[in-house]
Amino acid sequence: MVKQWKQCQTLFFGGSKITADADCSHEIKRRLLLGRKVSVALKQGRVTPTELCQRCLSLIKKTKFLNAYITVSEEVALKQAEESEKRYKKGHSLGDLDGIPVAVKDNFSTSGIETTCASNMLKGDHIKRVLLRYLASLLRLRSGSTDGIFGPVKNPWSYSKQYREKRKQNFHSENEDSNWLITGGSSGGSAAAVSAFTCFAALGSDTGGSTRNPAAHCGVVGLKPSYGLVSRHGLIPLVNSMDVPGILTRCVDDAATVLGILAGHDPKDSTTIQDPVKPFTLPSLTDVSKLCIGIPKEYLTPELSSEVQSLWSKAANLFESEGAKVIEVSLPHTSYSIVCYHVLCTSEVASNMARFDGLEYGHRCDSDVSTEAMYAATRREGFNDVVRGRILSGNFFLLKENYENYFVKAQKVRRLIANDFVNVFNSGVDVLLTPTTLSEAVPYAEFIKEDNRTRSAQDDIFTQAVNMAGLPAVSVPMALSSQGLPVGLQFIGRAFCDQQLLTVAKWFEKQVQFPVIQLQELMDDCSSVFENEKLASVSVK
Amino acid sequence: MSSLLSASRGLRTGEAALRRPRRSEMWARAAHLGLRAAARGRRGFTSKADPQGSGRVTGELIQHLERLSLVDFGSQEAVARLEKAIAFADRLRAVNTDGVEPMESVLEDRCLYLRSDNVVEGSCAEELLQNSHRVVEEYFVAPPGNISWSKLDEKQPFSHR
Repeated sequence: MVKQWKQCQTLFFGGSKITADADCSHEIKRRLLLGRKVSVALKQGRVTPTELCQRCLSLIKKTKFLNAYITVSEEVALKQAEESEKRYKKGHSLGDLDGIPVAVKDNFSTSGIETTCASNMLKGDHIKRVLLRYLASLLRLRSGSTDGIFGPVKNPWSYSKQYREKRKQNFHSENEDSNWLITGGSSGGSAAAVSAFTCFAALGSDTGGSTRNPAAHCGVVGLKPSYGLVSRHGLIPLVNSMDVPGILTRCVDDAATVLGILAGHDPKDSTTIQDPVKPFTLPSLTDVSKLCIGIPKEYLTPELSSEVQSLWSKAANLFESEGAKVIEVSLPHTSYSIVCYHVLCTSEVASNMARFDGLEYGHRCDSDVSTEAMYAATRREGFNDVVRGRILSGNFFLLKENYENYFVKAQKVRRLIANDFVNVFNSGVDVLLTPTTLSEAVPYAEFIKEDNRTRSAQDDIFTQAVNMAGLPAVSVPMALSSQGLPVGLQFIGRAFCDQQLLTVAKWFEKQVQFPVIQLQELMDDCSSVFENEKLASVSVK
Repeated sequence: MSSLLSASRGLRTGEAALRRPRRSEMWARAAHLGLRAAARGRRGFTSKADPQGSGRVTGELIQHLERLSLVDFGSQEAVARLEKAIAFADRLRAVNTDGVEPMESVLEDRCLYLRSDNVVEGSCAEELLQNSHRVVEEYFVAPPGNISWSKLDEKQPFSHR
């Protein structure tokens, strides 16, 4: 089967020449910046890949304060834009995404571009690996909300009109930048980049919720495909049995497009299924009466914020009022899933991090005393406290005397958790509806008060059971909280029924009409696009 | 002999401070951190009675884990974190897993794909060698491998962040 992966090679971003009145509505603006529309514009020649690329790069510079990007490979990007343009002129575009900008989380290895994983372990090296599948090599994104050597990513909503206005009402004399919000993680950079319109789609990774969590905080769509559907070749592994490349976009349709391109068997990743997979477009559901939505009762935890809870409730009622069957279901082992994840994750991390010894790639310390001393010093310098803590915990669980009681025990509990989902889906439920996060994004100052393990235990509560069962899940932004911040809800589907999952998500997205973020930088750009016919006259600062 | 070794090693690695034998370093550090020194033969970083800790992280265990991980704890906080992590993991005991098989992969019901045994790629030695800091001709260069890290005089002191 022809791999359409190469389509993702050239990525550009769009303001476009679609004509609109100067006072166009938010809806039009929103649609302008959606992948499919720009894709059409590219094919019709109304905008060129190079123009898109430049707009993208310009916006990235304007939103630099968000700290979302680690590496912006401008020359590569523009070169790829040129190549894309040639293809379009000849009528040989590679497909729907040819010329569309996509950003990539910095744990995907890419030929010719430094991969850092936001860690000292890999920084400063140009890892020229042999060309890997994930060549979407323009714009390397920062991972993580607070970890990582490049500093935390700021949530674009911190600067949104919606949030700022609410804050002015409550805190009259506040320094504008002091109370910025986190993006969530670990694909925080990816989510921020998409949210701030600097690219059309972004790749993240999802091991315990790392794509869905920041998607919810940044008001974008975050898709975790079924395990085995998308190749992990090139993705630096954290937990091999749970990692999945994640897709972040501004609408469900775009996520489906990207998934259609990425999905499918890869001979270089033997954990990808061999069933044939074709790109698909999502139908627009009008009738949900045949749908059965499950609401897992164990997900109603005391830590859940009342706002998120009420939005969850509202969503369930929405489905019901439109004729769907909405039932309460039980996933009895939910309360153990965080613990189970903690053991399995640290154990696999301990194993996966063992490769970073400084010998063949990555950081290497100066000591030459002995191999082990060199490894140890390299790893001390290259890893931060969080990673080291996980490695040590993981190796504890893997000790001979602990293996049965911790690691194997956790694997057994994992089966129980996976079976919980199987039982629920076998009872006739099509899709589960749950919150994605406990609350909206919190200010950074508050976030850093707890240590990392506690935070992940708290934040991943709704998302990581899905990784253990290998199911597809998507976070869709629903509404703004009373503080003007995005709240997303999660849909969980049956294994390999990603298309059905996204169909339901698309219907929901259309019903709730989540508002566009109002960022001042972009407002200026958007209005200048509409005033000027030619994109060439939009100044690239 | 050991002090000779540590002196020369110290010079080589550029450590300005004289390298004292490990144990007294540990006592000094324990005092500095205000811990009660443990009994003879134990290191300063044993776990104290901690309501959230399990008291299982002994000095030997710390050494053992550090050797296995080739990563050091670095501080008492790290030891406490491990304690908490173990206590957290202990909650799994409450689950009844009689008769349940461990799950290694969610794709366990499928056949693993195996490529045919034909060479289709490779010959990229030059590119791979470029990734390393220290190569000689076509070799990655490593320091001597027959020296165990756990020898007390050679280990670096815990680094403070």
